[in-house]
Amino acid sequence: MTFDLGSHGGFILASYAFTALVMAALVLNAIRDRRAQRRALAQLQPEDRR
Amino acid sequence: MSTPLWTRLSNPSHFMRWSGTLVPWLAAISTAILALGLYLSWFVAPPDYQQGETVRIMFIHVPAAWLGVFFYASMSLSAIGTLVWRHPLADVAQRAAAPIGASFTLICLVTGSLWGKPMWGTYWVWDARLTSMLILFLIYCGIIALWRTMEDPNRAARSVAILTLVGAINLPIIKFSVNWWSTLHQPASILRMGGSTIDPSMLYPLLVMIGAATLGGTTLHLYAMRTEIMRRRVRTLTIREAERLDAGSTVTTSDAGRDLPLGQAV
Repeated sequence: MTFDLGSHGGFILASYAFTALVMAALVLNAIRDRRAQRRALAQLQPEDRR
Repeated sequence: MSTPLWTRLSNPSHFMRWSGTLVPWLAAISTAILALGLYLSWFVAPPDYQQGETVRIMFIHVPAAWLGVFFYASMSLSAIGTLVWRHPLADVAQRAAAPIGASFTLICLVTGSLWGKPMWGTYWVWDARLTSMLILFLIYCGIIALWRTMEDPNRAARSVAILTLVGAINLPIIKFSVNWWSTLHQPASILRMGGSTIDPSMLYPLLVMIGAATLGGTTLHLYAMRTEIMRRRVRTLTIREAERLDAGSTVTTSDAGRDLPLGQAV
């Protein structure tokens, strides 16, 4: 299936691509941060199971 | 006397329990609604009679604008919670919300600019709505920067709460800028007296996208709050460990940290 986005297709695709990029960065950074805190907690509190 | 439900839910230890169960469900539901919203936006909503396919930018631009303002409003409420009740979770909520709100505001500015070029003939004008949204983004950046300059979370919490409440004056300016000044940006078209001016064929996909973004943003916020509570616990335990080493105490790290309330800064 093909889309005909007209002469302004580049603007539409750029908008969605930028949004996807920022959202992916936000989610991946949240996961990375969580893992870092979990590792730090495990080192400081070895019996912690959270 | 039983503890009120809200007090119990906002206790950091209780928060870690109930949010841990809720976050995976919210993530799954918001992903499903987002998939539905994208389907409606791309395959069901027709091209606009004037803007053509370019109107599809609206389905990400409007939810991003809404969430940029929504997270700042929630940060303002948290700031009151920090200053009036000094609730530890209020500051945690505020700190976790700032990068998320800033990201959505940035998406709003960039997608608005990409929408403006083909429709208005320019990427940017110093229009009241555009400028007030840019100011919102700069306030978010200022708040994040202020947090990073202060080591002590308690001191940072009060300073950031005051700055957040000062910045909240920008929220009504954003909302009413299109009514108060003659702007290139269109006036309110969803929340207005007399009902929405958007055709239902586009309005319903837009509302689904707004719902998906709100639920997704809230899920991310809860997740980030849990991480922030962990970060504060790490800080508390690190300080206790340093004090123990300094004093030559025989108390172990695990013993020192076991009874600390979660999210409680030293």
